[in-house]
Amino acid sequence: MGEKTPIIEVENLSKTFGLLPVLRSVSFGVARGETIMLLGQNGGGKSTLLRLLAGLSKPTAGLIRIGGWQMPKEVMEVRRQIGLVSHQPLLYGNLSARENLDFFGKLYGLTKDERVEGIGAVLDQVGLAKRADSLARDFSRGMQQRLSIARALLHQPEILLLDEPFTGLDQAAAETLEHLVLSAQREERTLIMTTHQLGRAPALARRALILSRGQIAFDGDIATMSAASLGELYASLCGGAAVA
Amino acid sequence: MTAKTKVLSLRQSAEATPMPALLKLLTIVTLVGFCITLVLGLLVAGTDIQQGEIQRIFYIHMPSFFGAFTAFGLTVVGGILYLWRKSEGWDRIALAGVEVGLAFALINLVTGAIWARPIWNTWWTWDPRLTSAAIMALTYAAYLMLRAGIEDEARKRSFMSVYGIFAFTSVLVTLFIIRVVPETIHPVIVGASPQNAQGGFEATSGVVMALIPSLLLWLTLMPITLIWHRVRIERRLEAVNRLKMQILSE
Amino acid sequence: MKTPFRTAVLAIVGKDLRAEIRSRELLSVMAIFAVLCILVFSFALELDRGAREEAISGVLWVTLVFASLLGFNRSLALEGDQGNLDAMLLAPVSRSAIFFGKLLSNYLFTLIVALVILPLMTVIYNSNLLKGWLILTTVVGVFGFSSIGTLLAMLTLHTRSREAMLPIAMLPVALPLLLTAVRASTNILNDAPAREWLLWLQLLAAVTLIYLALCWLLCGFVLEE
Repeated sequence: MGEKTPIIEVENLSKTFGLLPVLRSVSFGVARGETIMLLGQNGGGKSTLLRLLAGLSKPTAGLIRIGGWQMPKEVMEVRRQIGLVSHQPLLYGNLSARENLDFFGKLYGLTKDERVEGIGAVLDQVGLAKRADSLARDFSRGMQQRLSIARALLHQPEILLLDEPFTGLDQAAAETLEHLVLSAQREERTLIMTTHQLGRAPALARRALILSRGQIAFDGDIATMSAASLGELYASLCGGAAVA
Repeated sequence: MTAKTKVLSLRQSAEATPMPALLKLLTIVTLVGFCITLVLGLLVAGTDIQQGEIQRIFYIHMPSFFGAFTAFGLTVVGGILYLWRKSEGWDRIALAGVEVGLAFALINLVTGAIWARPIWNTWWTWDPRLTSAAIMALTYAAYLMLRAGIEDEARKRSFMSVYGIFAFTSVLVTLFIIRVVPETIHPVIVGASPQNAQGGFEATSGVVMALIPSLLLWLTLMPITLIWHRVRIERRLEAVNRLKMQILSE
Repeated sequence: MKTPFRTAVLAIVGKDLRAEIRSRELLSVMAIFAVLCILVFSFALELDRGAREEAISGVLWVTLVFASLLGFNRSLALEGDQGNLDAMLLAPVSRSAIFFGKLLSNYLFTLIVALVILPLMTVIYNSNLLKGWLILTTVVGVFGFSSIGTLLAMLTLHTRSREAMLPIAMLPVALPLLLTAVRASTNILNDAPAREWLLWLQLLAAVTLIYLALCWLLCGFVLEE
């Protein structure tokens, strides 16, 4: 897959919060249709990297190019191509699932027909069609997470950024999520996801980036690795015991 | 590198640049100028017939407000330029402007209270201008509180630039309230006083002669020199904090 | 590539209205607070009938400002706590559309509260507050408070102890609005001739416009990280 043109290019990216450097000169490229697993300790810069890629935050130094557009200057052109699933649901509790999606559809400039059709499709995809008119605050954590994936998919983005999507999910919800990730891969979307559940990584992605102290400590193929050897690698790079 | 040499080299990199010649000159001129205006106000100018010696406090009272005006004005300029150029230097000027201006505003309030005690027979009264001057000081105290409450550095700088611009409205209100709210008792020395004003005095040529130099000094040299010094302190402070983080994260 | 400004603003206002009609979370808190405020002032000023009549427009505006502070804090907290503001910021809409959308819904809610307390004060304070010009003053003044309040609520959203920060940040900055609004209202209530209050109303409108323009220019810096 490495031969394809990169859709995301990151060069010497640094981000400092206050005086604390969170990312230090990070560089990598992502090919169209590739899935990347972003691993690392909490506070290691994973979420920060995703927020930078999503255009929610501006780099202190360095370059990000997405689909040829330069961030953050041309971020408006990039926004439509990006869907973000955060570890927070990003939903309005007092609105139903359908109303939530309708609101975000409007913000993305979808026409009424596109919204009706698109909302039906994504709700089907995440298995919430039957609960479309229930309020989001009555949803379980797993359902909220699925709805938030529906929100991220609604405008058919090229790139899907998932920040700890498995956190707090029960077994069934996690399976649905895994399904969704695989189908997004089939649709040739580019995925970048963070997790600290190493066990899931090899099944979902071929390539992993391990961030340690704000720098890329490992960038390579994990498809052939067993969960155990990935765990060893992780422990040697980040120190401490890895979560299996 | 041993720990000791490391600390030494770090200390060197936090060393401030030597004081620029212009700043030295400014500092000396400001100090000399301050002494001269004090002599003019306290000794040369004649004693007011009605108010006596206490009237002399006016040579500090009114200029200190103008000093605050310049300092807070520089905060607005610094804020606008920071938002435009995103260069941290402008934000340091804005912060220094707030601190220096706040100090001047407090001098203004305290000298006013000292003057009011014999003339109005009270330290403080809830007169519109006094109230708005107090609110002006509180606005900039709020600036410092808000600033301390925002953790992310870049966000802090741009948010406070925005607030610094809005805060200036309180300065404008204090400046103009005397013209639009007729029932203030605060006298106007330059121009027509409100009809209720108590404690006004003639701006005779002696008063003007002592007032103008003091006014000019407080309006220009005083805030600029102090802000420049404060900016340099802030820059060093940031360098020290950066080094601290560097050591902690190693 | 941007979603049109109007579409985005209407979407945000529509979303806020729909959520509010369902939960009445903001309006109930603001209205109950405003009514309590008026009653407390009424008792506090009970002893002195003259003082009470003098104070009516002061009570009106202080009540409105405090009620709106509650509302702005709550309305932005609804966005910020769940990270929803991020979801809006992710969308291809201009930052000023997000600001203006929130401003309009905040304005609408505060205006509703104002329209509730005007007749209520008419009854409790035994003085006619339902005068055309006074209502116009309210409509203009509340807009001024809403623009500066929405901007500062977005600014204080990310500060420590933001509930306390918003009033501290907003009250001094809102002073020119409060001053002109109270002046205009007092004179209108006393049936003073137009030349005595028209200037205040014009000043209020001017300050409101200046604040709106400043907010418009600066909201991008407050929303972007």
